[in-house]
Amino acid sequence: MATVRTIVLPHYPSYPIHVCMFKDVSNAAFLRSQLLEANPDFDYAFLDAAMILSPQHLLSAAFLALHCTQVARAKTRTAHSELVFRLHPNNNIGESYRKFGISDKTSALIAVKLALKPETTAQVVAEHLGEHVKGESADPGEALEHVGMWCDVGKVRKMYKLEGVGEPKKGKRGAIVNGNASDMDERKEMESVITGIITLKGS
Amino acid sequence: MALPTDDNADTASSTSTYVHKLPEPFTTSDLVVLTQGAEGLVYRTTFLTPNTPCVLKYRPPKPYRHPTLDKRLTKARLLAEARVLVKCRREGLQVPAVLGGDWEDGWLALEWVDGRTVREVLDIWVHKLGMRARDGKPDETTGGASEGDVEAQKKEQEERLWEMMRKVGRAVGRLHEIGVCHGDLTTSNLMIRHERSTQPSSQPSTENVRPRGRQTVSTMREAAMNGEGPPQYPSADATSRSNEPEDLLEGAIVMIDFGLATQTVQDEDRAVDLYVLERAFTATHPAAEHLFQEAMRVYGETFKGAKKVLKRLADVRLRGRKRTMIG
Ligand SMILES: Nc1ncnc2c1ncn2[C@@H]1O[C@H](COP(=O)(O)OP(=O)(O)OP(=O)(O)O)[C@@H](O)[C@H]1O
Ligand SMILES: [Mg+2]
Repeated sequence: MATVRTIVLPHYPSYPIHVCMFKDVSNAAFLRSQLLEANPDFDYAFLDAAMILSPQHLLSAAFLALHCTQVARAKTRTAHSELVFRLHPNNNIGESYRKFGISDKTSALIAVKLALKPETTAQVVAEHLGEHVKGESADPGEALEHVGMWCDVGKVRKMYKLEGVGEPKKGKRGAIVNGNASDMDERKEMESVITGIITLKGS
Repeated sequence: MALPTDDNADTASSTSTYVHKLPEPFTTSDLVVLTQGAEGLVYRTTFLTPNTPCVLKYRPPKPYRHPTLDKRLTKARLLAEARVLVKCRREGLQVPAVLGGDWEDGWLALEWVDGRTVREVLDIWVHKLGMRARDGKPDETTGGASEGDVEAQKKEQEERLWEMMRKVGRAVGRLHEIGVCHGDLTTSNLMIRHERSTQPSSQPSTENVRPRGRQTVSTMREAAMNGEGPPQYPSADATSRSNEPEDLLEGAIVMIDFGLATQTVQDEDRAVDLYVLERAFTATHPAAEHLFQEAMRVYGETFKGAKKVLKRLADVRLRGRKRTMIG
């Protein structure tokens, strides 16, 4: 059984979001092949944990994926592919999967399941992923506060072109907003730009 | 067109003649009305997580406008607002972050700024301390005693007010420097962020928010003069907030309401921004004119072309006067 945490987005109470994290994953190639085959049993967003900065980062994409699905304005086939697509600043689905999805070598993984049907419970997700993901389950935290623990901040910075944002010294002049910018402040500042970029994507 | 008030906003049960249908997925049950202007409605709610407070700006369809044109206009304006906000955050400016939005449906979710508008804070200052109209110094008659330490205290309080104005000058200067003009730089579109020093973990919740009606500068001044006390504020967290005027002045200046903002580096646009700000300050209290000059002094030092903008401001001011003399 994998540790699963369930988040209920404000304004979308009927569609909980289940999140699992795994490290030292050894069968990423298998998981990816299931996605490629569009195996309905593997309808998840499998994300490279190095590319997820914070709960707000993940949830802004999740909200929009869910929202676009609900108002029938999704650009991709499923709510889960929409989530992966939404994370990328540009409009290329393949590129979104290459950068945010898992590769055959991924070892740190975040699995997201949007529960569009009531029978998709946390229990079902925990059992299914526990059985099929070969790796060590980690706790994302009650409010997903650990979801960014394997993030490669530099990679995320590059992805969203955030040179200088939240960086204490070498950044642009405006970056010295809070004086002593700790790692948390840096992530907060980056995140506040990223949620905007994700929202503006494609328009 | 009758806009819904917070007690009849329920789309299903309302008796109002014209009621907005909230865009999906929002319902009145988890929104608190903050303001209802001509352009749209502003609510307080949560977004992404249950303890992330946010401002929801909704521009409902205008029944008197052609639907296609209306949709296109709404989309263009919301997009422009969101783009400017993201640009500002990239540059490290203090503006609300964009958390979400849907241009087709006319809404934008923005980071909640915990604090008060400069207008509210200035009104509290005018009310609580009293100020001589001519020079902006605390009024002797309201202050009472003329002891040395009382004087010193007043001086210190005064200094905080001047420091706040310097922060305003710096914030507007930075905005112009990155090539953005605000377009509606009033004192209600400038907020002072409340620094949460004691309880970093306490998150304001939606229940604690009292809805507040709109008040014009003149009604607020009237209320202040009649000693009716300051107006109601959407108190985010009553326990962690201070009503001490001094504390209200601490904290960063956050610019909000970029609905009319433009990306421009024209001196004329910048000068008009400053002119609007000047008018807003002087409308609050005659003494605010001196305060404004302090903001402009700092503005002038903020970026390379700022002094030129200040010269242009003199022209704009002159034109403004002529217009009011003729009109
Ligand atoms: N991010 C925010 N955090 C906290 N309060 C906010 C925020 N944005 C707006 N408000 C409050 O709501 C009020 C109205 O917001 P805003 O000015 O953005 O909307 P608007 O529709 O453009 O209104 P108007 O046209 O009347 O200025 C503000 O004066 C402020 O009191
Ligand atoms: Mg406003």
